[in-house]
Amino acid sequence: MNMIEVKDLHFAYEDKEVLRDIDLTISDGEFVAIMGENGAGKTTLVKHFNGLLKPARGEVLIDGISTRKSTVAHLSRNVGLVFQNPDHQLFSETVFEEVAFSMRNLGYPEETIRKRVKFILETLDLGAYAEASPFMLSGGERKRVALASVLVSDPKHIILDEPTIGQDYQQKDRLRNFIIQMNSQGRTVVIVTHDIEFVVDCKPRVILVSKGSILADNSYDSILSDRELVEKASLVSPQIAALMSSLTNLNFSPKILDLYHAKSALEQRFGEIVHKAV
Amino acid sequence: MSIRLFEGFKFKQKATLLHRMDPRPKFLIALTIFMLSLIFANFVVLLVLFISQLPLVYVSKSMRRWFGSMKGGVVLAAMIFIMNFLTGSTLVFSATMTLRFIVLVSAFSMFFMTTSPDDLGLALEKARLPYTLSFTFTTAVRLVPTIALEAQTIVDAQRSRGLELDRGSLIQRVRKYVPILIPLIVSAIRRSTELAEALESRAFGAVKNRQPLATLQMKPLDWAAAAIALAVLAAGIYVQIYVPIPSFDNGIRMPTLWGVPPGS
Amino acid sequence: MKVIEARDLTFTYAGSSKPAIENVNLAVDRGEFVLLTGPSGCGKTTLARCLNALIPSFYQGEISGTMSVLGRDMSRLTTSELARKVGFVFQNPENQLFSLSVERDVAFGPENLGLPREETRRRVDWAMKITGISELREAAPYELSGGQQQRAAIAAVLAMKPEIMVLDEPTSFLDPLSASQIVEAVAALRREIDITIVLIEHRLDLASKYASRIIVMDQGRVTLEGPPSKVYGEEAKLLGIGIPKISMLFNLLRKDGFDLGRTPVTVEEASQRIRSYLEHD
Repeated sequence: MNMIEVKDLHFAYEDKEVLRDIDLTISDGEFVAIMGENGAGKTTLVKHFNGLLKPARGEVLIDGISTRKSTVAHLSRNVGLVFQNPDHQLFSETVFEEVAFSMRNLGYPEETIRKRVKFILETLDLGAYAEASPFMLSGGERKRVALASVLVSDPKHIILDEPTIGQDYQQKDRLRNFIIQMNSQGRTVVIVTHDIEFVVDCKPRVILVSKGSILADNSYDSILSDRELVEKASLVSPQIAALMSSLTNLNFSPKILDLYHAKSALEQRFGEIVHKAV
Repeated sequence: MSIRLFEGFKFKQKATLLHRMDPRPKFLIALTIFMLSLIFANFVVLLVLFISQLPLVYVSKSMRRWFGSMKGGVVLAAMIFIMNFLTGSTLVFSATMTLRFIVLVSAFSMFFMTTSPDDLGLALEKARLPYTLSFTFTTAVRLVPTIALEAQTIVDAQRSRGLELDRGSLIQRVRKYVPILIPLIVSAIRRSTELAEALESRAFGAVKNRQPLATLQMKPLDWAAAAIALAVLAAGIYVQIYVPIPSFDNGIRMPTLWGVPPGS
Repeated sequence: MKVIEARDLTFTYAGSSKPAIENVNLAVDRGEFVLLTGPSGCGKTTLARCLNALIPSFYQGEISGTMSVLGRDMSRLTTSELARKVGFVFQNPENQLFSLSVERDVAFGPENLGLPREETRRRVDWAMKITGISELREAAPYELSGGQQQRAAIAAVLAMKPEIMVLDEPTSFLDPLSASQIVEAVAALRREIDITIVLIEHRLDLASKYASRIIVMDQGRVTLEGPPSKVYGEEAKLLGIGIPKISMLFNLLRKDGFDLGRTPVTVEEASQRIRSYLEHD
């Protein structure tokens, strides 16, 4: 069953074309990273997935239904879009109220809401803050509250817009584990990001967007190890890939992106030398 | 009041004669038109005044938005007309008052569309307004697109959580704006702290006498325009006092329309 | 000559019960490029704010210990007074650009200092040239890309001719290419003028190659200090810091018994070391 189908999408903003000839399909349960430089059109693209934007030309189908025939409120039952800046969402007196907001809008019964809110707060390590004011929390905690407030209704498909901005190493680590967990539980996860090392660690399918159109759509290792492609998209090569490609004349595969694969490959070669010397 | 009314007062950078002019003579032109519209209560004169702006608007390449600003003010204009007519003024008089309002809006719309807020700020400075005030003005203008974009993002984020702004009773709809206003206000507070930090770091207010890099200089064209505006104003005053202009009022009043003879 | 010197510096924000920085000792030489990093909440921004007197003149709280910048005691100065000596570039480009054209923004600082028009003109032209934004002179800040905005912010600070420039996560909102260009532009400044740089960054893979020294903070204290190569080699103490992957790689190799020498901080260095290790035999 196809979750998101985009057919011949064109979108313009104030007489300027922002998206052109977009065709893509994301299946249920996939893990996809939409990558590209700032201004490439990534956020504009994902805003079509929950109906915030409607195509000027072409079609976007969510679970078989065209977004033109639906409202954002209706689509948000199944498509949860987490925005980049949590401060653009927070407005409630308590964290509990904040997280309950979307389910109240969607008309769920109070009892269900209470259970779900409690659950998601525990899952995201925010249980202690249920009665706290969201404005009193630290930056990282506010980001988790914003995440909780979208995930509380347990949407089938989750989109995260630039989730790694301003996050430190540990926070990104936790985020990555959480995303992978959500995906392994059967949810479709789409992340919009330009954080290359983060994508290398997540290992998703990558859709590369540049200047409003799709440059490439493939597995992360095919795309991120392709130096020309990465340059064309105004991105930077992942460090391990750059290292490996600088050693190709020593017969190392340039397609190695993972830190531990690189270590193994190098150690294997070092081991051969030792054996030769012996 | 439609958004088009505001569009008609927004500055857009273009390379026209009017855009290049110093803001002060432009303001004088707008003021002259305004004052002439007050001096004359004659429908035809006002119509001439209105039409005389068209070549200026054409030169400034802002026709569409200029007309848009008037379309946006239609509600107000209609109210003025109705209020005048219902309180006993003649049809023509009511139309004249309405036209006066339109002339006012159009004159100042043209001024704001062709004058950059930066130049306005400089003009205010030249007028000996304290720098902190003119700075507040230009910074406010500079922030308008930024805050507008943020408001849109907040609306998007809350709609993505199921908020439906276009449904419900009037009271319900007003309450639904709370999740929009609070993040906007909180963000504004945060923004002003960051702005203040940056201002301190750039020594804002350290010295009383600033020598701004950009200066306003009146060029021959500016002097000529100012002179013409003043001459037209003077001529208008002369005409109003000494030259009798026929009235085009046909005396139709509201009571007349209802069958009551005029004068009773 | 030490341009920045802090001894036992401790600061607690008003209304807070815990100090944001505690017993911090810091000494920075003229011309250095110092990289300041640490997990969120470690106190790096607080420390940066002490460098141009935002603490304690803008942010109130309890301060103890000493902090002197260019030989002057910070507790007696305001940010405004220090503006011509210490420049500060903030994280969000939008909130540090005030005017409707880049040129006017760059002129803002010198104008505030009451400089004569010709001097302001000279500085504005120079600052825009050195940051590569001369052709953006007439552009409005909100029309620029994030990278261009940060360049404009840097030019605006440079126009005041500071001796020290502090940058607080200037690449936060930028994509990797723009980010690396900004860091490179900042590093290049040292070739043109006599300036000391303090850069706060999470993205160590971009900034490490230029830094003469890295300072790692955690929970308000300085935990590690030294040249990046040495600091990145101290793997056990680096919990929570995202060191460049190639540095991590060498640490892993060392743990498995393959010591390729000093921990590299750039891909080129790593590549060279591997090559010479393999060709050695």
